[in-house]
This record gives sequence, structure tokens and C-alpha cells, in this order.
Amino acid sequence: MPKLRKEDLEQIAQRMKKAMSLREGAGRAKITVHMGTCGISAGARKIVSAVMHCLEESGAQDVIVTTSGCAGLCSREPMMTVELSGQAPVKYVDLDEAKVKRVFDEHVIGGVIVAEFALARGSEQTL
Amino acid sequence: MKSHRAHVMLCAGTGCVSNGSFEVKAALEKELAERDLQDEIAVVMTGCNGFCAQGPVMVVQPGEVFYQLLGTKDIPHLVEEHFLKGRPVERLMYRPPVDKIPVPRMSDIGFFKKQRLIALRNRGLIDPEKIDEYIARGGYQGLSKALTEMTPESIVEEVTKSGLRGRGGAGFPTGRKWASAAKHASDEKYIICNADEGDPGAFMDRSIIEGDPHAVIEGMTIAGRAVGAHAGWVYIRTEYPIAMERLNLAISQARDYGLLGADILGSGFDFDIHVFRGAGAFVCGESSALRASIQGDPPEPSAKHIHATERGLFQKPTVLNNVETLANVPEIILRGGEWFAGIGTEGSKGTKVFALVGNVNNTGLVEVPMGTTLREIIFDIGGGMEKGKEFKAVQTGGPSGGCIPASLLDLPVDFDRLTEVGSMMGSGGMIVMDEDTCMVDVARYFLDFLRDESCGKCTACREGVDAMYQIVSRICNGHGCEGDIELLEDLGETIKDTALCGLGTSAPNPVLSTIAYFRQEYETHISERRCPAGVCKALITYSIDAEKCNGCTLCAKNCPENAISGDKKEVHTIDQSKCIKCGICRDVCRREAVLVQ
Ligand SMILES: Cc1cc2nc3c(=O)[nH]c(=O)nc-3n(C[C@H](O)[C@H](O)[C@H](O)COP(=O)(O)O)c2cc1C
Ligand code: SF4
Ligand code: SF4
Repeated sequence: MPKLRKEDLEQIAQRMKKAMSLREGAGRAKITVHMGTCGISAGARKIVSAVMHCLEESGAQDVIVTTSGCAGLCSREPMMTVELSGQAPVKYVDLDEAKVKRVFDEHVIGGVIVAEFALARGSEQTL
Repeated sequence: MKSHRAHVMLCAGTGCVSNGSFEVKAALEKELAERDLQDEIAVVMTGCNGFCAQGPVMVVQPGEVFYQLLGTKDIPHLVEEHFLKGRPVERLMYRPPVDKIPVPRMSDIGFFKKQRLIALRNRGLIDPEKIDEYIARGGYQGLSKALTEMTPESIVEEVTKSGLRGRGGAGFPTGRKWASAAKHASDEKYIICNADEGDPGAFMDRSIIEGDPHAVIEGMTIAGRAVGAHAGWVYIRTEYPIAMERLNLAISQARDYGLLGADILGSGFDFDIHVFRGAGAFVCGESSALRASIQGDPPEPSAKHIHATERGLFQKPTVLNNVETLANVPEIILRGGEWFAGIGTEGSKGTKVFALVGNVNNTGLVEVPMGTTLREIIFDIGGGMEKGKEFKAVQTGGPSGGCIPASLLDLPVDFDRLTEVGSMMGSGGMIVMDEDTCMVDVARYFLDFLRDESCGKCTACREGVDAMYQIVSRICNGHGCEGDIELLEDLGETIKDTALCGLGTSAPNPVLSTIAYFRQEYETHISERRCPAGVCKALITYSIDAEKCNGCTLCAKNCPENAISGDKKEVHTIDQSKCIKCGICRDVCRREAVLVQ
């Protein structure tokens, strides 16, 4: 094991940042995949895997992926919601792996909404 | 590091472990694998979360969802609902005693909301067995700064400026201690970390080592640099196997990274740490007894004509600091002494960790800024009294601390205020007592502990504490005499003035403080031969209220001495000559018909 220098501490911290920002609940972007019974049977599990794959590939440190229950629009599953911090959430519908990749690259990373797959901007008031 | 979409921070502190957190972990991993979620959800075992009353506990991040009282049978449902479908499970969330509505987010729970974490800064956020996770939270940055940007003098100056006082009991200013050791030239100097924690019921130091061992290692290394020491010892209680294991692991990881050993971070500074298992007695935590123990001498206190910072361990200048004191140091160096001095009160800076136990709803480990009131700690964080009983007193400072009554609940807690009211900070034990507690009996209990733990070296402590115990016992047994209270006060003052070490000088506290605030209770025991709280067996009688008794026979069936008689549906009576005052009849009666007087 090579002995650490001052700069190495910083590097370790950088490498661990993704895990740590997850625990501190801080993220620039949040992706929610809807996983009600309808979503799961429409293939939502594959969508989560595809998102995780994109995340791994991009090396993005500040994207949070969560699941939530049925979004109430069962006919358009699989669905996911992308929320960039400070912006209104966008729902994407009828997804498959290729579409996830485009949404990830263009919206999550690039910041530009992929209008052709988007359902609507905004989300119901929850509490 | 692999990306996961969620981290399950499962508590592996001693409390949760004994309630089955490793079984919960196994069930969780199995269930995640069965649903093919093992690559998406990571299970991380953390140090003590603090909310021990509700263990095993876990926090799911992101989202900070707090689950409690987990059992293996809850896991399949939890995994399906929360991790697959994203629906947090309300049934497993915390419900405050009053309004009973589940609170999902950890930081919204009263117990956590008012806490401020410095010594426990990584609590529940890192896996204590992974040095990289400590580093990712800013760990070893303080050391790096100390070694590459500061001189030893400026480190001491920073700690002095912070106002940090020792958390092990006496509250001695840490900066002053370090300055004194730095001043004395010597070929060797030593740093000792006191992790003996002999107070019954205390577990703050254990928790820090279990949950964040590198914080202590980093603090010791900074201390070494400040005073010019190259070797350190951690004197740790034998009864702490998990803490010892994690500490040893952390030390070897730090050595691998060159954060201990020769030429740390390429600065040219050498420092290494040894672990020493404590000898087991309460008095071993006392500074001179502890040094004797490491040297292989009988662990007894000795007179302190010469400061340890001049001639301590093996006659070399030595700094002894408590675990929590040292855990604060890296943050002070990293953020500056002024930052730390901005928290707390005039004479006590920063925060303090307390082990909150007794008749309070949320028992556990809490860290609050100095100056937080007893009321805030017991009612806001502690969630108030168990079973809705009345608050009677809180005992602070460990076995030789004092009892503080309800009239002082608004006291801001810091070193000086606690001493002013006849108690002390000690290492941070806090035992909450309700109306059913007899204060004379409490004094007897602590005296019994202390007379056992007295090393016997000085007469005042050896004979005096035992004499106090005999008098208090006699009062509890109904043989108290006129003048006993005054006798106890006299004895107490004498022991305080003449004992050699802190054990003896503080041993009278439990008696003197209970006499000061609950004198009436002593008097009732002595002159009326009555224990108002119904605790002292010799002074109470059980009887059955004829108005309330419906003759259900439950008490008669349960009495181990067959002391209760009465026909079905008739009023029952207790034969006082047979009654052993075990109180079982009172516990079983559903009509509250059994009276104690
Ligand atoms: C009887 C007795 C027991 C003590 N036990 C402990 C202990 O378990 N842990 C501890 O840190 N300090 C204990 N102390 C206090 C130590 O003597 C010493 O003051 C302290 O470790 C210094 O560190 P600090 O300045 O960081 O508090 C005890 C003192 C006495 C008199
Ligand atoms: S005060 Fe008590 S414990 Fe301390 S040295 Fe004297 S006899 Fe021993
Ligand atoms: S249990 Fe209570 S109600 Fe029943 S016989 Fe005994 S005193 Fe009476």
C-alpha cells in the first residue's frame, strides 16, 4: 500500500463522493421510476437497471435514483420522473431502454427536456 | 465504488447488535438478493445511531427514512414496499408518544431535531470499518492541515482559542494541558486516550470508538504533533469487544495509508498508537491509576505533586485526554478554534454527548450544544417521562454526581452550572427518575457502588464512604436516628476535603445533593418511619382497598407467600406477617385496589 500524500486524501474523497452525497440526500438531479404493480409488469425493473447503467457509464456523482408507487397513469407505464434541482419535475412515459438513455444524456446530464417522450411538466401537489 | 440507488444505514452499535441487527442484516441481504435488488441497494453497517430505545434502527438514504424496532419478519414486506415499489412503510416508522402519527424523516423526529453533532459528526453516515468513508467526510483533513500548514505552537493556540475542556470529568482546559506538555523538553513524550468509561450506564466513549474510530486516532495524532509526542496509548475497557475490534482495524488501516507510522503524509512527523486493555476497576479511569496500570504497577491513584504533563507515563511528559475530547480536535483544527468557541456558553464551549437513560421515553445517546437546558434534553429530545409519570429528579455526572430536582429543570447544562447546583458534568451520564423513585434509596445505591470501587488507599474514602453507606442503609431500613442527616453532612464534607483522588472527593455528592433537595424525604424516613415513594421495603406495607376490590382472586393466586386470602367475589386481605413486600399483588391487580404506604 503506497503511503498517502496530502493530495491523495482529496482524491479518495472525490472517488467516494457519489456514495456520500447519496447519504446526505444532496443531489443535482433526481430520477424516480414508478414501480406500482402495473409499472413492474410493464417492465419498470428494466428501466431501473437501464438508469443505473447510464449512471455507472456517465460517472455522474450527483444523481439520485429512487422508486415510487404507481403514478396513476397505468396505461402509459413504464414511467419515470426527472427533477433537476430548482426546476419542475418532468414525467416521461412509455419508456424503453433506448429512450431512458436519451433522457439521461439529454435531460439529466444536458439539462434539455426530451419533449417527444415527456408527458407533462409538473407534478401533483403531494402533502 | 459501485453506484447504488439507495443506502440502508443499519445500526451496528452494541445496543442494536444485542437486539438483533446482524440478523436483520442477513434477512435484508437475502431478501434483496431474492428480488434481484442487491446491486441497486447497498446495506451499510454503521456505528451507534443514538436512538437505542428503538433499536434495531435503520435509515434509508436518500430520503432519510427512519425505521425502528426491526425484526427479521418485517424485512420481506419492507423490501417489497420500500425498495421495489418505493412506498415507505409507515408501520415501522417512529411514532411520538403524544400524537402517534408516524414521522418518516429522521431529522423531523424530536429526538434528532435538537441535537448538534460535532464529536458524533459521522454517526450513522459512515461504515466505521472503512477508512475511505471517514476520509470522504473530511476525515484526516484536520491532521493534514496540522502537519502541513501549522506549527506545533499554532495547533496548541487553536485548541486554546476553541475553549475546549476535557470531556472525561474534570473539565480541564485542553489547550492549557497541551501547552504544558509542549513546554517540557524530553526525548520521549506520550499521548494517552482514556477509554476506560467505568461509569455504570455510560456509553458515549464506546459509541464514538465503535462508530468513528478514526476520529480518535486523528485527534491523538494531532495532539502528538502539538506537544512533540511520537507514541500514544488507548486505554480501553475490556468489556468493549466491538469497540476494541474496530479500533484495532482502524489503526491498521491508518498505518497502511501512512496516516500512522513514520513520515505521516510526507511531513516528516512520526506517530503510532498502541491499544491497552483496561484493568477493570472504576478507579482505573483516574489519571494516575491509569498510568500505573499501563506501567504494570498496581492501579492506584497517587498524589499529584508533579503534573503528568511534566512527568507522567514512564516519567515522561504525558497528555491524557478523554475519547470525546480527542474526537472534537480534528474539527477544531479544520474549522478553527473560533468556530468552536462560537458554540456553547461563556465557560463551556462546543457540545457535550450525554447517555440519556432511566424513566424517559427516548433513551439513547444525545449530543447537544453546551447550555441546552435539562428540560430540552429530557422533554424535547427525550420525549418526556415514561408512562406519563411525574418527573422527580435527574442524576448527572456518573455514580458520584448529584441529583437535580424539578425546580431546576430550566438550568442550562454546562460544567460550571452543574457544579453550582451540587452535581457535576462528569463524563455525561444522565439518569432520569420519576415520582416512584426514593431519593434516599438512590443515594444508598450509588454509595454502595462507590464503597466497592474505592481502592482503599486513603482512610477518608475507604472508611468514610462505607460509614455513609451504613447510615443511609439504616435510614432505608427504618432504623434512622435523629441527627443522622447532620452526621452525613459532616462526614461528606470531611471526605470531600481529605480524599486523595476524584473518586473520594466526589463520592459524597449523591448524598449531599439528595439531602439538599429532598431533605424532607430523609426526615420522613427517620421520624415517621415511612418511605413516601413506596420503595424502601422495611418502611412500607401493602394493603387492599375494600372499596375497590371486587374479589377477583388474582392477587391471591400470584402471591408467592400465600399471604393473601379471601373468598371469590369478596374483599381480600393481606396477612402482614407473611407478606415479603415483593409488590406482585399490586402489579397484577387490574382495579388498582392494592395500596402501598
Ligand atoms: C475515579 C475516577 C474515574 C475516572 N474515570 C474516567 C474514565 O473512565 N474516562 C475518562 O475519560 N476520564 C475518567 N476520569 C477522569 C480522568 O482522571 C482524567 O481527568 C481525564 O481522563 C482527562 O481527560 P480530559 O481532560 O480530556 O477529560 C476519572 C476520574 C476519577 C477520579
Ligand atoms: S480517594 Fe478513594 S479511590 Fe481515591 S485514592 Fe483515596 S481511597 Fe483510593
Ligand atoms: S387482584 Fe385486586 S381486585 Fe382482585 S382480589 Fe386482589 S385486590 Fe381484589
